[in-house]
Amino acid sequence: MAERIPRVPVREQDPKVRAHNFEEVCFGYDLQEAMLEASRCLHCKNPRCVTACPVSIKIPEFIAKVKEGDIQGAAAVIGEDSSLPAVCGRVCPQETQCEGSCILGIKGESVAIGKLERFVADHSAESDETTRPAATVTPGAKKVAVIGSGPAGLACASDLAKWGYDVTIFEALHRPGGVLEYGIPEFRLPKDAVLKREINEVKALGVKIETDVIIGRTVTIDSLMDNEGFEAVFVGTGAGLPKFMGIPGENLNGVFSANEFLTRNNLMKAFREDYLTPIHAGKKCCVVGGGNVAMDAARTALRLGADTSIIYRRTEVELPARKEEVHHAKEEGIDFQMLTNPVEILADENGWVRALKCIRMELGEPDESGRRSPVPIPGSEFEIPTETVIMALGTAPNPLIVKTTNGLEATRRGGLVADEEGRTTREGIFAGGDAVTGAATVILAMGAGRKAAKAIDEYLKSK
Amino acid sequence: MFKILKREMLTPNICKMVVSAPRIAKAAKPGQFLIVLANEEGERIPLTISDYDREGGTVTIVTQLIGASSAAIIAKEEGEFFRDVVGPLGNPSAFMEMSEEQLKGQKYIFIAGGLGTAPVYPQAKWLHDRGIAVDVIIGARTKDLLIYTEELGSACDNLYLCTDDGSVGFHGVGTACLEDLVAKGKEYTQAVAIGPMIMMKFATLTCKKLNIPIDVSLNMLMVDGTGMCGACRVTVAGKTRFACVDGPEFNGYDVDFDEAMRRLGQYKTEEAEVKAKFVK
Repeated sequence: MAERIPRVPVREQDPKVRAHNFEEVCFGYDLQEAMLEASRCLHCKNPRCVTACPVSIKIPEFIAKVKEGDIQGAAAVIGEDSSLPAVCGRVCPQETQCEGSCILGIKGESVAIGKLERFVADHSAESDETTRPAATVTPGAKKVAVIGSGPAGLACASDLAKWGYDVTIFEALHRPGGVLEYGIPEFRLPKDAVLKREINEVKALGVKIETDVIIGRTVTIDSLMDNEGFEAVFVGTGAGLPKFMGIPGENLNGVFSANEFLTRNNLMKAFREDYLTPIHAGKKCCVVGGGNVAMDAARTALRLGADTSIIYRRTEVELPARKEEVHHAKEEGIDFQMLTNPVEILADENGWVRALKCIRMELGEPDESGRRSPVPIPGSEFEIPTETVIMALGTAPNPLIVKTTNGLEATRRGGLVADEEGRTTREGIFAGGDAVTGAATVILAMGAGRKAAKAIDEYLKSK
Repeated sequence: MFKILKREMLTPNICKMVVSAPRIAKAAKPGQFLIVLANEEGERIPLTISDYDREGGTVTIVTQLIGASSAAIIAKEEGEFFRDVVGPLGNPSAFMEMSEEQLKGQKYIFIAGGLGTAPVYPQAKWLHDRGIAVDVIIGARTKDLLIYTEELGSACDNLYLCTDDGSVGFHGVGTACLEDLVAKGKEYTQAVAIGPMIMMKFATLTCKKLNIPIDVSLNMLMVDGTGMCGACRVTVAGKTRFACVDGPEFNGYDVDFDEAMRRLGQYKTEEAEVKAKFVK
């Protein structure tokens, strides 16, 4: 057997350069690199990568097309199962899903499925030929309302539109995309070049998007169903409520939720000179938390000129963020303070943050999640002088829809009660994504959106 | 896009606009606010709803020139459009949740300061239309800066004007006027103060002294207005609350006004830089 070709490395912006700009970190493959990488796929008879993909993209099939140089063909294969390939190729945790199950990964390196997906999406969008099906909304089609234009809502709406339904997405913010728009920074997911393009593809399927509509305030679900003729509703409102630690000093000036900090910079484009939005990263910034949002906030603060530290109570092994994001953050010069937990935020004489008082931790017995729980080391308190503190501790679903819709139930943690297919406690209303599970990933939300679309289709056909 | 149907300068710095926003007009209730994004490059600015016309599909907003983003709102002419108007946000006023039985026999006193006078109008009108006793105190620095005097005149039982310089009405601030009214035998069961934070702080102190319960409407900094960012957090009765979803009205006795005032100044430096750059 011939010598195995090693995984084709992907070109990236120099860490020293990119630490000062908001351009995308990763350049992606060119055609030659993509075809070479595609040739590494073994085309397993029982492709474990497909099973591991929450939206079941026919991975070996699209990779085979790439290998032949038929990129439009590859795009068509992906398009059958995903409406956001350029997004997913960039932000999916491939290492725990498709690539994590790749046979090649057992002894060596898995096929770079994410990078190939991204290449296919970007390359096919640049060419003139169109792969997307034309708008198929039939006159007099049944109306479905989708609440929220994040990954769950876009995936659900796309499938329903492909099947001929008259779909309207209602979005509370002034731009569609949900967390893809307000949460994930430009340097990981370019807004105009990638996100807008893929949302336009969803619109081209016939999906209408009405921004500036807060369901539960502007109009209720009951009113949409009773007065506006919507026969089914999908709730994909995500998990948008920030959590705080409940320690003294959290309301000082200079303490922000990651949501506020990232929304100012992403949705409101504070990093751009031509936008009015103010943002304050300070000269020194501490980000509390270890997830992808913490990495995004830290790398954003760094780019805005702050010397930035990540404060996390467990060790690097337990960091919930993707390995690639941690690696990128380190390359760029983010300082990692592991086994460290804030106990108080200290003020200067004007009520601004002066320092973050922390305590050192050690790992104790495993908790219910199986991770060893961190325990404070008595007497190890110390201060980190800082101008700003960003809390990236996770988010919870917004209670507004549950409060304002008859017959909808939520769990104690705020997630909507829904079965595997997304049926809620009320007939005709479906839900999926973070609104049900609490904060998770883009691709899991898309998977839930697609499952719910199927259930909605069955429901409307049987009605 | 949301069309501006009418535009009127009430003072050299305060502008009233009637905006086409059918969905918001249909849902709006007294006490709620909305968010305006004038242009693509602007900020999302929370403004209290000053009036709404369900049939006509319009809402009325009143804006004061402060920074670059309020300047962008005021710069719009009749017939032009705001990029976005979203709402209604926040909870309606406390009295909206009360039964007719509970409202009967109540005597309301509104203390309005500056720009805060505009949102008092739909609240006073709602109560007045239902036959509940309502008095209103409007305060401003001088006669020419008083707004909504005509509208409020027909939306309450007694309207009291006060000016710091005595150019019209009571000579002094609104809280002093309230003390004067109570000293002269007026009785109130509930006060509502809307205006600058410092004025609401003093209105609360006065009401405490006079033993009148008071609600205040907090105009905190916000980004989304839906509970997502937490920029608007305030300490109320020792707990952190979000003004956008838990308020904007709170029991004044419970509000940490000093913290609220400090938090309002959080982006002062950045805002001044932006204003210097964009406002000519």
